[in-house]
Amino acid sequence: MVIVEGLDAVLREHPFFTEFDQRYRALVAGCAANLVVPANAYVYREGEPANHFYLIRTGRVAIEVFVPGKAPIIVETLTGGDLMGWSWLVPPFRCSFDARATELTRLISLDAACLRGKMEEDPVLGYELYKRFSPVIAARVAAARRQMIDMYGHPGE
Amino acid sequence: MRAPAARLPERHEQPAPMLPRPFRVVRMRRDLSDTFTLELADAEEPGAFPFAAGQFNMLYAFGAGEVAISISGNPATPERLVHTIREVGLVTSALAKLKPGQTLGVRGPFGSAWPVAEAETRDVVVIAGGIGLAPLRPAIYRILANRERYGRFVILYGARTPRDILYRQQLQRWSARLDTFVDVTVDRAAGDWRGNVGVVTKLIDRGGFSPEHTLAMICGPETMIRFAIQALEDRGVPAERIYCSLERNMKCALGFCGHCQFADRFVCRDGPVFRFDTIASIFPVREL
Repeated sequence: MVIVEGLDAVLREHPFFTEFDQRYRALVAGCAANLVVPANAYVYREGEPANHFYLIRTGRVAIEVFVPGKAPIIVETLTGGDLMGWSWLVPPFRCSFDARATELTRLISLDAACLRGKMEEDPVLGYELYKRFSPVIAARVAAARRQMIDMYGHPGE
Repeated sequence: MRAPAARLPERHEQPAPMLPRPFRVVRMRRDLSDTFTLELADAEEPGAFPFAAGQFNMLYAFGAGEVAISISGNPATPERLVHTIREVGLVTSALAKLKPGQTLGVRGPFGSAWPVAEAETRDVVVIAGGIGLAPLRPAIYRILANRERYGRFVILYGARTPRDILYRQQLQRWSARLDTFVDVTVDRAAGDWRGNVGVVTKLIDRGGFSPEHTLAMICGPETMIRFAIQALEDRGVPAERIYCSLERNMKCALGFCGHCQFADRFVCRDGPVFRFDTIASIFPVREL
């Protein structure tokens, strides 16, 4: 119980859960755990079941694409205050990329099965979470599209 | 109402602005695979070349043609004229072949300047992308030379890959200062890169500046400028304190030939540095 209260306080400090109803935050905290990942260790890998999503407290995580025979390609990095992972919301609930800590990283890990169950039971909780995930997903997709246009490339290329 | 850009140096009123003066290459340094820096000295009348941060010169590679290039040196050391150039066409390729001792023609300085003096007492956010860091460097030099006159100073820089980061050592030196926040991101990187990957606008929230007290200076690809302005306005930086440097096809540099016409302005004469609220109505017009 003490641990859950501690995580509730941590969640309250994270930008993703600011102004989140205290009652629902307590429900979410019941599915949360602290996680420390050393530099160069993977938080998850492409193809694995998306059993969690994460709130980064400190550190940096590289979202990577594995390329056979070559170094992985980093498509994005996430740092303190960022949300990581939304495959747990979308069937078949599989991770789409590798996530590797590039430095010692502290996260809050949220259990997806636990949360999905609570969201099914209480659609208001589900709606509140979707309202917070949607802008993050939209911003990441927009950013990915901007990266795709290669704006710093040679003119005319 | 403030003027759209800072006051220009006296040298702007040249007696023969269409006549190039010969300058000698003192040093040529390769910065990146496609980018180099020329240090020049007046071949006939050695001395200072005063300019305002943000202004440009027309550089004449004999036999190839002229090209507009922003001045990227330190305004405090005007005896050495510095230009960082990206090799993208016939003239810049000819400039890239110059060696110390060889000569090129210079006309200038031309155009408006970054509002370095007006930024005093405010937080200052510099957002640069790719080669766009070069026109901003003189402003950065001036702010750092008078650091106590400004509030929080934030430099955000985006590049294509880690290999394309311009002035890398200088960015590291500025980053090491306790009074300046520097953050760099790239669009893509291999696994050995330990820095940020993502668009430069994502760095804005980490800057810790106070939007209502901030003056922003932006230079880079126009697409990046557009998104950066939008991100700054979303956070509450007023349009009249956002300045950007635009690039068009400058030819005469005096507002006569019309090649760089931008609605009722000429980028060479009225710009290249514009206060955003003065161009906000024409900036989104795609035909311009």
